[in-house]
Amino acid sequence: MTDAPWSSWWGLLEPFIAVAGLAVITVVSRSFFMIPERELPLPDWLKRGLKYAPLAALTAVIAPEILITRGELIDTLMDARLPAVLCASAYYFWQRGILGTIVVGMAVYLPLHIGWGW
Amino acid sequence: MSRGALVGRTLRHPSFRLAAADMAGTAVGIGAWGLVTGVVMVKSGLPVGMAVFMSLVVYAGSAQLAVIPLMAAGAPLWVVWLTASCVNLRFVIFSSMWRSYFAHLPVRQRLALGYFSGDVIYVAFMKRFPEPRPEPGQVPYFWGAATTNWLAWQVPSIAGIFLANAVPLSWGLGFAGVLALLGVLLSLLFDRATWLATGVAATAAIAAFALPLKLNILVALAAAVAAGLLMEAVDRRRHKPELRLVPADSVMPPEEREHVEAGDIVPLREERHP
Repeated sequence: MTDAPWSSWWGLLEPFIAVAGLAVITVVSRSFFMIPERELPLPDWLKRGLKYAPLAALTAVIAPEILITRGELIDTLMDARLPAVLCASAYYFWQRGILGTIVVGMAVYLPLHIGWGW
Repeated sequence: MSRGALVGRTLRHPSFRLAAADMAGTAVGIGAWGLVTGVVMVKSGLPVGMAVFMSLVVYAGSAQLAVIPLMAAGAPLWVVWLTASCVNLRFVIFSSMWRSYFAHLPVRQRLALGYFSGDVIYVAFMKRFPEPRPEPGQVPYFWGAATTNWLAWQVPSIAGIFLANAVPLSWGLGFAGVLALLGVLLSLLFDRATWLATGVAATAAIAAFALPLKLNILVALAAAVAAGLLMEAVDRRRHKPELRLVPADSVMPPEEREHVEAGDIVPLREERHP
């Protein structure tokens, strides 16, 4: 007895099911506390603490992108990302514009990264 | 009112355009990130059709980047879904804030708002409406930000899928997405508590980087919330509490009792001498 026909069916179907499930996860996670009709009671300290959540999440997404290479903390200053982040941050505090921050950062990053291989 | 008229009214609402303008700078970085995500999807071996389907339906950059290598390696479904859920846990936390603005809307609208909300939309919205209560203009503002973000992500993402072999990943274009998020993050730092929370989050995210399922994001979130609350408590302690003379036999009004519990006031009860 062979299970080949079944597994080839599954092989075609599985990515669709995986992606459909991922879409459900997007909806449920992003609207989680909006779904119930009645408010779920949250303790007061948690509500106050939640205002730090967005900046913590952003930091947690960015910090490894800047400071980690191949799973390890970088051990050199010759990394194009460091001067790029410094210049971009300086620009942000000077002018407070996000587009300029991106442009300045990339203007420092690309030559160092592509040209010098940092 | 028909659905078409409702959509038209939202599109013409001044808040809709205001949101689009607020998001314009960030959109460039989101676009670069979308482009790279599209390229990565195809280069990891996902068929072009499936990659387009995934981009349009899942619409979650960080979760997609986390699960694509797993799907390419043929990981079981539950591993793929668990990974995406963990990467998306921060949105669960954001959704409790969305609730204070949108709880009065019907459930289908709430689900739609949830689906189209993302990190940068959340930040832009909270800046415009810092008071957590419903106000006019919030729904058109949300849709303005969400439409801008959706276009800024989907158009480059799908372009990346079709141009996968023409865009070399070694250029590091995805770094523009990191810079966009950096700009958004810097706009959130305004006092010692927020700076401290960010420093703690960065340290925790790096220290816990080896955890599976991107759980380092969650560790960083918990650490930063704890640090922020601690800093607030320390700051409050540094203010010298006020002395308040309370007449003997009187009952303290509830609002004053709150101040006492928060440590702002030290009650001093009069003594009665017979």
